[in-house]
Amino acid sequence: MRYNEPSPLETRIVSQRFDLPNPTSIDTYLANDGYVAVKKAFEMTPEQIIEELKTSALRGRGGAGFPAGMKWSFVPRNTGKASYIICNSDESEPATCKDRLLMENDPHQLFEGMLIAGWTIRANKGYIFVRGEYRYLIEILERAIAEAYDRGYLGKNILGSGWDFDLYTHTGAGAYECGEETALLESLEGKRGVPRLKPPFPAVAGAFQAPTILNNCETFSAVPWILRNGGQAFADLGTPKNGGTRLVCISGHVNRPGVYEMKMGYNILALINDVAGGMRNGKKLKAVIPGGSSSPVLRADECDIPYDFDSLAKAKSMAGSGGLVVLDEDTDMVAVALRTIKFYAHESCGWCIPCREGTTWLKKILTRFHEGGGRPEDIDLIAELADNMLGRTFCALGDAAAMPTTGFITKFRNEFEEYLKKSHVARVPQLALV
Amino acid sequence: MTFSAELERRFAKLLDSYPSGRQRSAVVPMLLYAQDEIGCVTQELVEEVARRCGVTPLQVDEVIGYYSMLHRKPLGKYHVQICTNIACQAVGGEQLYEHASRTLKLGNKEVTSDGLISLEEVECMGACAWAPAIQVNYDFHHFVTPERFDNLMQALRDGTYQRKAS
Repeated sequence: MRYNEPSPLETRIVSQRFDLPNPTSIDTYLANDGYVAVKKAFEMTPEQIIEELKTSALRGRGGAGFPAGMKWSFVPRNTGKASYIICNSDESEPATCKDRLLMENDPHQLFEGMLIAGWTIRANKGYIFVRGEYRYLIEILERAIAEAYDRGYLGKNILGSGWDFDLYTHTGAGAYECGEETALLESLEGKRGVPRLKPPFPAVAGAFQAPTILNNCETFSAVPWILRNGGQAFADLGTPKNGGTRLVCISGHVNRPGVYEMKMGYNILALINDVAGGMRNGKKLKAVIPGGSSSPVLRADECDIPYDFDSLAKAKSMAGSGGLVVLDEDTDMVAVALRTIKFYAHESCGWCIPCREGTTWLKKILTRFHEGGGRPEDIDLIAELADNMLGRTFCALGDAAAMPTTGFITKFRNEFEEYLKKSHVARVPQLALV
Repeated sequence: MTFSAELERRFAKLLDSYPSGRQRSAVVPMLLYAQDEIGCVTQELVEEVARRCGVTPLQVDEVIGYYSMLHRKPLGKYHVQICTNIACQAVGGEQLYEHASRTLKLGNKEVTSDGLISLEEVECMGACAWAPAIQVNYDFHHFVTPERFDNLMQALRDGTYQRKAS
């Protein structure tokens, strides 16, 4: 099911079957190019498949934007040991709601992507790690998996290839941190989801310490199209080094919030005005959080740029997980900064001290500031604290909390200063001590 | 402990899905699925899951505090979860939570005295483009206004609420 009207400006690649009747049925999938790509893959060598992916410029859709072909190429093959395919459907970056649609409306496309990955490294088991809140999707996925077994697309000797592949779902139980790939692997092994020190990377020592391809749900879902149509065709849809399309989740103060599949590199202002129907109630645009809540905020005057990984990096932000929160002129940026840091303080797993303590103190200071107890030195203190968290943790959660905080302070310092004018603490005169 | 036949089937399948010797992997899913049936994670359940997965009760115990969906105390029959994260915040998620807290007379993670409804302010649940969003148990409800919320709560009390089909 879709929850918003599609836009005529979309380029439907991974969402091409979303509006078909019975979208989760294997018959629907088979009637619409389904499982054609995996047959093609059976005729290809691992090197050819990886080369096709590299040509496609498909980059990780979970947030990091790492080239998928490169990631697959790191996995040692023919070691004689078990290896695994893991789909990250833990989707929990605030503002992101796209993997949900992929599993709800086209589960077989995801399975086929995972099958192709499995065949490439001759893995025999795959797991779809689904966030606990998405229980209804586990039911959908399990029905679809059963159908795929019945038709011989999963299980023993798939389509006479002599190769076996089993696919399972694995539910999370509520933890943002488990979206980080090594924490996800810890969680998959039945432990607290704390990150592992890298290297070794999951490609070499991933699930159960074995070689592993671990990708986001949308990344796997794009693979069948790439093999059917060629890597170059996918690359041509996007911008250089940013191949294909991406599911863009537009939320906040727009007339038509929704998930839309857009060519990589679509202009952000056009996303807001043309795709999402413009600003709600005729208000002016103030800011955009462009790639999930961990991406530093962009001011309205910085939004006239293409939406792809490299353009956002150039603007000192991130395309991240594809979630844009559009904020209008009435938005209180201090309140948004506080809500953002509250989230990261809640979700910090506590493993690394700079993150555990940093997020907690940022939350305390911002709470006090927001409640009218801000001191003039707090603004720089917040910035300094955030700066000291950067790059000092096992995983990216510390950075994910620090980067947007720094962004709010530098881009909207004036709003923080406005708060100070109302602060009851700032008005206390500094008395001389003798 | 004994569980429903359906849950036993699920457990058997779970234990079978992981490589041999890796049955610890089933700990978290087993706890969550069992919690859905018996209401919360009890000490008895901890020991049962430990026995079935071949780990110590401590290894089960240590994950419970980590995962926010695992609860040691029973929730209401209907667990109402309201997101107030940034996408929902932008369109009234915080006001919706305050409205819910006021009208249900419940604080965060509290349960009504009849055990029917519990309330929780939750983090992003993946419904950002259709905000404000809430979940009643595992059912998503999108574009929730205070009025729609009141109607939904009334349906819970009347017994006319129907679980969404998936």
